[in-house]
Amino acid sequence: MSGPKMYLAKGLTDPRRLASKASRDGFGEGLVSAAAKDKRIVAVCADLTESTRLTGFKRRFPERFVQAGVHEQLITALGAGLALAGKVPFIASFAVFCPGRSWEQVRTNICLNQANVKIAGAHAGITVGPDGATHQATEDIAIMRCLPNMTVVVPCDAEQTRLAVPAVARLKGPVYLRFGRPKRPVFTTSRTPFRIGRAQPFRRGDDVAIMACGMMVHQALLAAEELKKEGIDCTVLNIHTVKPLDEKAVIAAAKRCGAVVTAEEHQLMGGLGSVVAEALSRHYPVPIESVGIDDRFGESGRSDELIERFGLGVRHVNQAVRRALKRKA
Amino acid sequence: MGHIHDEQVKKMELKAVRIRREIIKMLATAGSGHSAGSLGMADIFTAFYFHVLRHNPKRPDWPDRDRLILSNGHVCPARYAAMAEAGYFPKSWLRKLRRPDSPLQGHPERTRLPGLETTSGPLGAGLAQAAGMAYAAKMDGKRWHTFCLTSDGEHDAGSHWEAVMFAGNRHLDNLTCVIDRNNIQIDGTTEIVMPLEPLMEKYEIFNWHVIEVDGNDLRQVVDAIHEAKAVSEQPTAIIAHTIPGHGVDFMEGDYRWHGRAPDPQQAKRALDQLDAYEKGLRADH
Repeated sequence: MSGPKMYLAKGLTDPRRLASKASRDGFGEGLVSAAAKDKRIVAVCADLTESTRLTGFKRRFPERFVQAGVHEQLITALGAGLALAGKVPFIASFAVFCPGRSWEQVRTNICLNQANVKIAGAHAGITVGPDGATHQATEDIAIMRCLPNMTVVVPCDAEQTRLAVPAVARLKGPVYLRFGRPKRPVFTTSRTPFRIGRAQPFRRGDDVAIMACGMMVHQALLAAEELKKEGIDCTVLNIHTVKPLDEKAVIAAAKRCGAVVTAEEHQLMGGLGSVVAEALSRHYPVPIESVGIDDRFGESGRSDELIERFGLGVRHVNQAVRRALKRKA
Repeated sequence: MGHIHDEQVKKMELKAVRIRREIIKMLATAGSGHSAGSLGMADIFTAFYFHVLRHNPKRPDWPDRDRLILSNGHVCPARYAAMAEAGYFPKSWLRKLRRPDSPLQGHPERTRLPGLETTSGPLGAGLAQAAGMAYAAKMDGKRWHTFCLTSDGEHDAGSHWEAVMFAGNRHLDNLTCVIDRNNIQIDGTTEIVMPLEPLMEKYEIFNWHVIEVDGNDLRQVVDAIHEAKAVSEQPTAIIAHTIPGHGVDFMEGDYRWHGRAPDPQQAKRALDQLDAYEKGLRADH
């Protein structure tokens, strides 16, 4: 599992030494710099300019900013129309509303229609916090990955989200880009290579392979660091592109370790855990343990409280690794 | 003042009969499909493909073409027949309607047939896509016009009204929505299933210019479209009153023909009627 150097931040397992930033801020910055280079990029917003971090884009490119009001079905179909007329629209809302509310428009007007629309799903996961279950998208990966022609990207921190935006813009075809609301540790750097569809080995070990996306990647690194002290060596694979899955990297890690743990801030049903299980059951079956939300809705609370409450803490990853290890033949 | 001569109207009327005949044949061959709306909108498609649109059947992706979006995709037989008549593809393709691998799917798919602007069928989503195209044209200072054909039944969909609100508020005067006001939908007449009236006033309060015409009168349809293109600061809605099943007496006005295709005997009766009508036209001519 050799490959390009990952250039992660120094002291990446010591959150006190890391900068803290919301991945939505990475989205906003990434969109401004991508749009400066690509005049086709437009931003379409459904009354959530500040929350989805389109403020900078709106200030810099007012003529390319489309305010559509609280119309999630509209931004989806409107985005398709803009794309078919040559634009590269990023349609942004909370993930529960778009692609949540507008799923059929995503299916027909974007995917079946092969319209070059980028769906920016903000406020994904339970870490939205106090707004509660209505605003916490925990099913969005599942409903996007099952659509033909759709690419699903879930960056692991603010910096990777920033780098993902121009890559998403360059990719021809529908993309779902998922990111979160709260400040989280930034542990990748501007030198960390990012290629859509290419999973990233952030840590190498032979005992268990932890495969994670989004904010759970850092949780996995913290868990791996703890386990190391007990002599358990983990691989940590950042699967920022949930679809298409980097099967080669997943199979290689499964072969190397013989046991897998998946971790995601999403329902266990239909998300990254399912993706990995589907691939490995076909190609290289090994014991798999999954960390994620177990068939229930979120609720109000601080994001750190909810991480603990919904089984997404470092200790939960740690326990899953131990379970996986026990099941190894 | 009319925009077309009697001679042109006559020519288009003959085109419309040919299109209706193809609709009957293709639906009968396919054994399923939507007869009433397809026949009812035959004149509107004729007006677009043979008079109004700036288009090039040999270059369907010409960037400066007018965009014709079909929102109520189920009437696609009318569009397919008009496109074949205009030379977009060989007429033999019409026999492959609703078959595997056919460019002519049961509901239109943009990626399978050059010349289609969108994939449609699920109702209430066409106008939003048309608005996106019109908005992009404004951003780029392009002169092409975007037309969206809709059914009256799909006005039940909230998503359609999201687009009506957007286009009116954003002054998309390069956008025209044609409403096939045939008063039927799957479960019955529109005013019983879910009343739409007063429809004209609804559009007007959303800042649209509205024109009402007889949608089976080619001259009126063409004149209305020319008027729509001349309006500034507002999008235009053309409420086109049509007779579902127009041209085939046993289908006319009967909502049960919304989603049905004629059987071979019915198809023969329909074709005989259309032949007789064409003879009459030619005699007048």
